[in-house]
Amino acid sequence: MNLLNIDNLHASIGDEKILNGFSLKINSGETHAIMGPNGSGKSTLSYVLSGKDDYNVTQGNILLKNENIIELSADERSKLGLFLAFQYPIELPGVTGMTFLRTIINSSRVAKGLPELEGIELVKIIREKATELNISQDMLKRFVNVGFSGGEKKRFEILQMSLLDPSIAVLDETDSGLDVDALRTVGSGVTNLKNKDKGMLVITHYQRLLDHIVPDFVHIMVKGKILESGGPDLAKIVEKEGYKRFIDAN
Amino acid sequence: MPIQEETIEKVKLATSKYKYGFSTNLDVDKAPKGLNEDIIKLISSKKDEPQWMLEWRLKAFEIWKKMEEPDWAKVNYPKIDYQDIYYYSAPKNTEKLKSLDEVDPQLLETYEKLGIPLKEQKVLAGVAVDAVFDSVSVVTTFREQLAEKGVIFCPISEAIKNYPDLIKKYIGSVIPRHDNYFSALNSAVFTDGSFVFIPKGVRCPMELSTYFRINEKNTGQFERTLIVADDDSYVSYLEGCTAPQRDENQLHAAVVELVAHKNAEIKYSTVQNWYPGDENGKGGIFNFVTKRGSCLGDDSKISWTQVETGSAVTWKYPSCILHGKNSVGEFYSVAITNNYQQADTGTKMIHLGENSKSTIISKGISAGKSQNTYRGKVLMQPGAKNARNYTQCDSLLIGDQCGAHTVPYITSKNPTSNIEHEATTSKISEDQLFYCLSRGLSEEEAVSLIVNGFCKEVMKELPMEFSVEAQKLIGISLEGSVG
Ligand SMILES: Nc1ncnc2c1ncn2[C@@H]1O[C@H](COP(=O)(O)OP(=O)(O)O)[C@@H](O)[C@H]1O
Ligand SMILES: [Mg+2]
Repeated sequence: MNLLNIDNLHASIGDEKILNGFSLKINSGETHAIMGPNGSGKSTLSYVLSGKDDYNVTQGNILLKNENIIELSADERSKLGLFLAFQYPIELPGVTGMTFLRTIINSSRVAKGLPELEGIELVKIIREKATELNISQDMLKRFVNVGFSGGEKKRFEILQMSLLDPSIAVLDETDSGLDVDALRTVGSGVTNLKNKDKGMLVITHYQRLLDHIVPDFVHIMVKGKILESGGPDLAKIVEKEGYKRFIDAN
Repeated sequence: MPIQEETIEKVKLATSKYKYGFSTNLDVDKAPKGLNEDIIKLISSKKDEPQWMLEWRLKAFEIWKKMEEPDWAKVNYPKIDYQDIYYYSAPKNTEKLKSLDEVDPQLLETYEKLGIPLKEQKVLAGVAVDAVFDSVSVVTTFREQLAEKGVIFCPISEAIKNYPDLIKKYIGSVIPRHDNYFSALNSAVFTDGSFVFIPKGVRCPMELSTYFRINEKNTGQFERTLIVADDDSYVSYLEGCTAPQRDENQLHAAVVELVAHKNAEIKYSTVQNWYPGDENGKGGIFNFVTKRGSCLGDDSKISWTQVETGSAVTWKYPSCILHGKNSVGEFYSVAITNNYQQADTGTKMIHLGENSKSTIISKGISAGKSQNTYRGKVLMQPGAKNARNYTQCDSLLIGDQCGAHTVPYITSKNPTSNIEHEATTSKISEDQLFYCLSRGLSEEEAVSLIVNGFCKEVMKELPMEFSVEAQKLIGISLEGSVG
């Protein structure tokens, strides 16, 4: 089944055109990787997909499970099963990790027509998933992303993802700021969530994350659109030769 | 009420966001509009008061007539015509009620809508409730259980008759009639309120609570609360308030006096949700309240916790006079303003006793076109050796059309005292909202989550049964504040 269909997407911020006819289809069970140099518009793509207000979509469509979501707000998109793991997660002073997780879980349960979960049940579920991702109880008592290390931030993003259980997840540079061990933890955390019903879009700069989350397809993105697509081998070429050859070829 | 008006009200109700905006149609007993000696005499005789009380009121009226309405607060409101207000309004047939069964069922229904567990069997949480409807205390629950411990919890109108010595001794002892314009007015015309007395060594076995409700049109509410905690006693008291939605402004000018004797502790919590007016600033309650506690004895403690979400205009500074050695004053406040609301609120901590200590935690949240001012005074008198104060004053802005202001007055007449003041201002950012929205929270849920996080230090001071309600209230009051 087609989960995400991005069709000829053009988007700008202010006068700056950032996405220039970006197209991509993701079916259930597939993992796609997007690689591209800094500034090519990868994060912008992730924001436009999630429904951040600042962007102007001037052309194109985004279909999520065959529903056009262009007009939907970020929370509506989330409730349809879209998740974004941020490249730079946002701090929420005053809101503890535990409170945040409880709130988003129950809000998503209500949206799915499920009853809200009460304290103990909820805490149990959260703890279980947190342990898998090497997240301590103490960390959940701290304010969301405030004073978190790079690795803690990324692990907290993946924790949210595993609790919300989205049908399609966009991971924006989830590997940046991770050391080798953290990379392995996050990699296996994400891999555990993969299944035949879900799709993933992994945005990365480096090949190394793709050793842990093995993609079915790799796309090279430059200046707001895909220049070339292929299998996992493409990532290896990038690793060796950089992006120059793709840019020159186009 | 004429049929047309009633229809308009119903429609408004149905479309309104203020969930307490209904009014109740009851037969009422009203004095004519306006304020003069005759009205005061009428109030006094309606209450069957002794002569000394009437004289006390008339003296207050004399004082009030010579005073000017204060204008130093950072609030703007149309001039109040004190002759255009009803000073006495009571639901009929509420006098001499012995049990809940005798209360007008419509009134009970109103309280049910307000979420007040009046029926004793429902009061499993163990909260004793005094309910004041317009000018009259309607019912007080759990009185017998309290009486066993020697705790007095009754309408102040009854206390004036039954415990004249206590009332004479304490009324006006913390807030004298001449203290300010509104305290003088209240002293002249107060109609009801609660009286609490906790005897020596008694820990009050349950939370005491009063709900105030303004129902009638053009009616002022002037309640008077007096709480006295004798040596080594403890009491926790909760106060809640709501009013129906009305186009005109209504005046609420209460006086609350607390007295804590040696080693006694009074914890006073308020969730204030008077009608704030509509999105365009029409209607709403003018809340001009004087609240002050006296830590008379050594080692005494008074703690004010308030969550202020309602009222069109708020003018309120719950304060502590720290007479006793080692006495402690605390002020925890959340004040939320949205739309065109204006709040000028804060506290005064007056240190007289050695080693006295005070803590002020104030959280102001402004949204819409509202103005939110923290005004706080800390005064260390020469005798307050080694006294300490810590003030933390945080403002959170939602949107860019509102204002937050901090006005501290700090005076130390004593080199050994120590005063610390911290203040921050922050804003809910677009990025924070987007982050929450991308997790499926609506804008309102996101704001409520962030705001509740911001207020947590204060909310945790509220008694359990109040804090859940207060959290919801914060969400409701900020509806429509973003986007
Ligand atoms: N808020 C903004 N205003 C103007 N330009 C922006 C803004 N955000 C990003 N850009 C520009 O858009 C381009 C793409 O940025 P981004 O999507 O972050 O790229 P990537 O994630 O691939 O590194 C860059 O040239 C960047 O400078
Ligand atoms: Mg990026």
